[in-house]
Amino acid sequence: MADTLIEKVLARACGAETVAPGDVVTCDVDLSVLIDTQFLAGRLDDVVAVYDPDRIAIVMDHAVPAPSIRDAESGRGARAFAAKHHIERFFDIGRHGIVHQVLAEEGLARPGMVIACTDSHTCAAGAVGAAARGLGPIEMLQIICTGRTWYEVPPTVRYDLTGCLPGGVSGKDVFLFLAGRDGEASGHAVEFGGPGLEGLAMSDRRTIATQGAEIGADFTIFPSDERCLNAVSQAAPDAELIPVLPDAGADYAAQRAIDLAEVSPMVALPGSVIDNAQPVGDVAGTPVDQAFIGSCANGQLADLEVAARVLKGRQVAASTRLIVTPASQRVYAEAARRGYLADLVDAGATVTNPTCGACFGYAMGVLGPGEVCITASTRNFKGRMGSPEAAIFMASPATVAASAIRGAISDVREIAEAPE
Amino acid sequence: MSAAGTGLHVRGRAWVFGDEVNTDEMFPGFANRLPIKEAAQTMFNASRPSWPALVRPGDIVVAGRNFGLGSSRPVALLFQQLGVSALLAEHINSLFFRNSINYGLAALTVPGITAHVTEGDELVVDVTAATVVNIRTDTQLTGAPLPEFLLSILRAGGLSAQLERAGHLRAPVPIQPAVHAPTAR
Repeated sequence: MADTLIEKVLARACGAETVAPGDVVTCDVDLSVLIDTQFLAGRLDDVVAVYDPDRIAIVMDHAVPAPSIRDAESGRGARAFAAKHHIERFFDIGRHGIVHQVLAEEGLARPGMVIACTDSHTCAAGAVGAAARGLGPIEMLQIICTGRTWYEVPPTVRYDLTGCLPGGVSGKDVFLFLAGRDGEASGHAVEFGGPGLEGLAMSDRRTIATQGAEIGADFTIFPSDERCLNAVSQAAPDAELIPVLPDAGADYAAQRAIDLAEVSPMVALPGSVIDNAQPVGDVAGTPVDQAFIGSCANGQLADLEVAARVLKGRQVAASTRLIVTPASQRVYAEAARRGYLADLVDAGATVTNPTCGACFGYAMGVLGPGEVCITASTRNFKGRMGSPEAAIFMASPATVAASAIRGAISDVREIAEAPE
Repeated sequence: MSAAGTGLHVRGRAWVFGDEVNTDEMFPGFANRLPIKEAAQTMFNASRPSWPALVRPGDIVVAGRNFGLGSSRPVALLFQQLGVSALLAEHINSLFFRNSINYGLAALTVPGITAHVTEGDELVVDVTAATVVNIRTDTQLTGAPLPEFLLSILRAGGLSAQLERAGHLRAPVPIQPAVHAPTAR
């Protein structure tokens, strides 16, 4: 039987020779990750014993440092849980980051692994060929107690990439392009491959994999090619890596092509990304009150680098506020060492501590009624970042940075080419 | 009333929502820090703010395609707080689907349901058989039956009850009787 990438990973994980779409399989979970918000009312105090403390990590990300007493209580809960159950992989405030970024940096996400976490963007680890998806908080309780859960093997949509991304265009634009052109992928795995993959940076892959959740995909998954294996072994030098590739002749529900050279800066209109993204020119000139670069999708070092490059020596428009939130302490430190943070702050950006931040309208960068935001984060749902009467456009860090300079949605290619 | 409490049969009035109702619409971000009872009053605050006050125990929520796209926040707990007994949709996001079942809230994929039901209709749902009878129109639709292991979660009243029974979770400390209870004397 020729298997797609997700079928390969799930077959191994459930101990079967092969699996097919529609099969419900029970798998050992290689890594279970708890996040701070789960300790709010998640009954973690009631857990009798965890199945294996070495296969569990705790990452503080959504509401750190605590913006409220309740969040402070959840932090206390997380620390007590880590101590009680001897969880060594505890990424508390100061060595933390957004969970998906931390898994990548620490080399905890590896090809072929099954990874469970309650955050819906857990599919980010598909960038390194893991079967990773968001599961509900109560299901995470089951997994940390038993080490197992179930998956329904989804049919796979395959994207074959060719060509190279032009300047000013990134993984975000690729994702918005496919969401706008092809719409939802509910209940499917989305697999990427093709000769264009070779030139696609891990940061771009991670953005694309992360955002699979927005088109309803169960999994987004990339093959473990040389670039992937290099990145993982750099993060986890001692790890024994087993590459996972799809079989030739695997059965796909759909096969689609994207010529990366043809992708241009894209913007998703407020509401959803599904069937709702357009080339930047269609909405250029729309005034923006807030611009945000951050989240598990776009708070990576590469994202801050591109923003700093666009903003260096320029100023954020007086009518606009720009918030930049590094995805992790490591990103924060490296961006500081390389001078990106200074360039951003000099340009008038507010650089915050690493956290999920403005992405989910909880603790900072909250939008007011009637405001317009352009964001390089994960979701543009109505009300996602604050008031339901705010409008959220979504674009790449480069487009967001360019828009912040002009105070209106702008094509970064015009800014980059403009004389100083 | 939950599906578990009625032998996986529920009966109630239908509330009909459209396609792509996302989790943030049902459970706004700011409500994450509220106790469930209060968070339930914020459901659909952007699109239908008066709704939580109109729901009666036993009511059934009907939705279109891609129901529950979004995050893993426990929306089912809010529905249960308001007394919603089942979710029926043309198609349900897989994370939202398993999250609902795991909290003991019946969720069924029923193709054609939005054309079959007008808001306010009285519906009778046999969760095990995945059938929905519309009392007003006297018609029946059949959805995708749930596998036995998911039905058993619903019968148990949710995954936490199952985990308690299996000895993985300690049962919550029972609430102390109120000192001013009328039976105190």
